[in-house]
Amino acid sequence: MGLVIAALVLWGAGWMMNMAIAASPRRTTLAARVAVPVIFGITVLVMWELLVRGLGVSPIILPAPSAIAGAFAEQTHTLWLDFRQTVLKGALSGFFIGCAAAFAAALAIDRVPFLQRGLLPIGNFVAALPIIGVAPIMVGWFGFDWESKAAVVVVMVFFPMLINTVQGLADTTAMQRDLMKTYSAGYWQSLFKLRLPAALPFIFNGLKISTTLALIGAIVAEYFGSPTHGMGFRISTEVGRLGLDMVWAEITAAAIAGTCFYGVVALIERGLTFWHPSQRSG
Amino acid sequence: MTVVKADDLALTFQTNDGPVHALADVNLTVEKGDFVSFIGPSGCGKTTFLRCIAGLETPTGGSLTVNGMTPDEARRSRAYGYVFQAAGLYPWRTIAGNVRLPLEIMGYSRAEMAERIARVLELVELSGFEKKYPWQLSGGMQQRASIARALAFDADILLMDEPFGALDEIVRDHLNEQLLKLWARTEKTICFVTHSIPEAVYLSTRIVVMSPRPGRITDVIESPLPRERPLDIRDSTQFLEVAHRVREGLRAGHAYDQ
Repeated sequence: MGLVIAALVLWGAGWMMNMAIAASPRRTTLAARVAVPVIFGITVLVMWELLVRGLGVSPIILPAPSAIAGAFAEQTHTLWLDFRQTVLKGALSGFFIGCAAAFAAALAIDRVPFLQRGLLPIGNFVAALPIIGVAPIMVGWFGFDWESKAAVVVVMVFFPMLINTVQGLADTTAMQRDLMKTYSAGYWQSLFKLRLPAALPFIFNGLKISTTLALIGAIVAEYFGSPTHGMGFRISTEVGRLGLDMVWAEITAAAIAGTCFYGVVALIERGLTFWHPSQRSG
Repeated sequence: MTVVKADDLALTFQTNDGPVHALADVNLTVEKGDFVSFIGPSGCGKTTFLRCIAGLETPTGGSLTVNGMTPDEARRSRAYGYVFQAAGLYPWRTIAGNVRLPLEIMGYSRAEMAERIARVLELVELSGFEKKYPWQLSGGMQQRASIARALAFDADILLMDEPFGALDEIVRDHLNEQLLKLWARTEKTICFVTHSIPEAVYLSTRIVVMSPRPGRITDVIESPLPRERPLDIRDSTQFLEVAHRVREGLRAGHAYDQ
């Protein structure tokens, strides 16, 4: 009971601290902006630990953060192997192949309006295919290793990337196009000097959506056959062995990987589309 | 030397509500070094006529030559610089980068680009703003940068479509004055669309008055004003007489009972 009360007290204390920071005149400083989420995160973790212990929650329902951290520290090598298999091989290669293919398809659709009526509905159709159905087929086609996972990721990221790029390439004003015409600029000059830069904000939206889809696709696809490593494989087998602390450690690793992946893409976006009203400061 | 020659020019747009006669029976010649203004109410076809000269619209009747060529040939030989109603600078390029855009497309050498950018930015009094982005500048400065962009390559004709329409009167006066100086220094032929009578009279050697439905020319006024024009020339009797004649022309062509 004491631990539960300690958890509630801690919750109150954390709340008060953040309220105080939010109300203080220095709330816009960097320190304050970092402190608020950090205090929140620590409060949640410590409360979780105290409640799990205090209420005697079974580690199969919810392991304590310390147990998850323990599994994480103990199994770093396994986690690294799984990370390499699922993220570096499956998700990333699928992401690059899928996004590049969608980009090329978008250029083709843009160049040949006929394709717009043919390819877009097909893309739409493919996007509607459930990953649960696609994954076993891809495993059948490309084998148990990462290639089949990459193929699932390609199917998943292709459509959002295609739609965004097609829309981005159409996002120029009549005046901008007329201007290029007065210079009698060719197709490629217009593409590189006007339409691709104008499309960048859209392209990055597609890329950002694709980062999360890629990770989900690569993990879920491993449920349908994989070598004896990989994040999805580990999660499904550890669930069977009731090793829930390891499942949570994998989830943590996946969350960190996904956040970093998204963060890198967002950083590149910021560097390239600094001129867009959504990115520029002041 | 004749730069623009229109004979019985007509342009009819086919719309769902039937044909729209944007231009009809337009006859006009523009000589080298002229500053010609086109004035009229909206829908009189002044912008459409300018776009025909630029090869951005295709006339449906009559003939039109630019530098003795068809407008499309003239466009492909980069005979003119076009200034739009809005500056339309690319936000991902700096001011210098925007002026460099046509030079890159036309394949100028690196050294020549740098020399030309410096020269035209000096011409529109934007030296020192090379590294700024368009969204960091005021509307008037952006429009000046877009004029610099149109001047950067060797086009003898400058087509301007209400370039100062969105700016306030003080900025507009200043830019009008600068434009006249620039015209004197560069000896270009300028076709200028406006809906402001004082602007048209102050700037032009010839004023073309147009009226709508169908868009046609109702009067062409040769300005008696000297080429050298200080801003206060606008208070002279000569200026007011020309302005009066333009106003009369607009009134005659435009049915106010509509």
